[in-house]
Amino acid sequence: MNARTRDELRVAIFDVLAAIAPEADPSAIAPDKPLRDQLDIDSFDFLNVIVRLHETLGIDIPESDYGELATLDRALDYLARRCSAG
Amino acid sequence: MASYEFQMPSLGADMDAGTLVSWSVKPGDAVKRGQVVAVVETQKGAIDVEIWQDGIVEKLVVEPGAKVPVGALLATVAVNSEAAAPAAPAPQKPAAAVPPAIAPAPAPPARAKVSPAARKLAEELGVDVSTLVPGAADGVISRADVERAAKGAKPPPKAADWHAQMRAAIAAAMSRSKREIPHYYLATDIDVTKVSDWLAAENLKRSVTERLLPAVSYMKAVALALREVPELNGFWSDGAFKPSAAVHLGMAIAMRGGGLVAPAIHDAETKSLDQLMADLRDLITRVRGGRLRSSEMSDPTVTLTSLGDLGVDGVFGVIYPPQVAIVGLGKVGERPRVEGGAVVVRKVVTATLAADHRASDGHRGGLFLAALDKLLQEPEKLR
Repeated sequence: MNARTRDELRVAIFDVLAAIAPEADPSAIAPDKPLRDQLDIDSFDFLNVIVRLHETLGIDIPESDYGELATLDRALDYLARRCSAG
Repeated sequence: MASYEFQMPSLGADMDAGTLVSWSVKPGDAVKRGQVVAVVETQKGAIDVEIWQDGIVEKLVVEPGAKVPVGALLATVAVNSEAAAPAAPAPQKPAAAVPPAIAPAPAPPARAKVSPAARKLAEELGVDVSTLVPGAADGVISRADVERAAKGAKPPPKAADWHAQMRAAIAAAMSRSKREIPHYYLATDIDVTKVSDWLAAENLKRSVTERLLPAVSYMKAVALALREVPELNGFWSDGAFKPSAAVHLGMAIAMRGGGLVAPAIHDAETKSLDQLMADLRDLITRVRGGRLRSSEMSDPTVTLTSLGDLGVDGVFGVIYPPQVAIVGLGKVGERPRVEGGAVVVRKVVTATLAADHRASDGHRGGLFLAALDKLLQEPEKLR
């Protein structure tokens, strides 16, 4: 797994969210507020987010870590950690 | 050889006619029971229409673009007379038993993607791609969709119309329900610690793409519990309850931007959790990006509504006529429970039932919720 910059990860997350919630405006997302509430993402679409992040970044996110993706800031921290862990 | 008459199906209580958009078969083609053979545009969107008879297409009677009434002859199919089976969900004329008034799912324009080739063609032909509905199940607007629009085929409704039409369809069905159906309501809290733990352990063994959503365990348990109280599964029509042997579980699925549909997962009681997960994924994906099939719209025998893991504690549903029950699940949360005189923390969900008092009584409804509770205590047996 390759380490990725925070900006690369941000782009990757926005790409995934654009596919799930195309009507959403990424720049309007508050980075410290719950992502799913802001984008109206249900459990089915959240699983799709996890699947797409897996495809894009090559990391397998266990269910027990789903809470790490609660906000944009936390998701970026978590994904940066996972991607650099090799 | 006998001839089978393939007719314009009824895809909702308020549908009296539909426009044939396209055929996916031609004379001489073999068709199989359940095969999608045509696309029909209704007031509420485009629906894939299946045929319920094996045979060979003889003649396509109606041309694409023509609007014909429910029950009109669309095509004739040559069938082996001995093998001729009764058409399963037979097309119902408006005067016959009233079909479910469920809003079919038009593809919401906000979610449609456009292939680069289609976008280029649209620019050349002066077609506004934002007004198009994808023709294929992948939900992507193709060159064919652009060509169809350019030829002057009836353009699908724009977002504003589409939302207005969906609201009108929901209003019609729900008003009729509250006018005609004497609802009774029951609720019970179910300890779902075991099924939640079982699912967590199961998903730990699975790759991301094979994970199960909690919904599938609940779907299976609801379907099995309905076997024990069959008067909740079927239709009320012509003044009497007509039970259904199979459980075609209508799944209430919210659409982005508002509105909902409740298409069926067929024979849910016989399916494995993996199959239910695959069916649910397919259904939600098509609700939110593609298109539903006629049988999914016309034959749910009961509805399950689950307001999700971020939602409310409980939901008291409004029954979709002519169904006679709607089962509701709130969010799963940790709550205090008393066990053996001590307070313990358990994962709990509030399960509700809204049922038609003409078809069943509260006592039987209570037995259904008790059966659901019992089934959820043995999650390993729900597979």
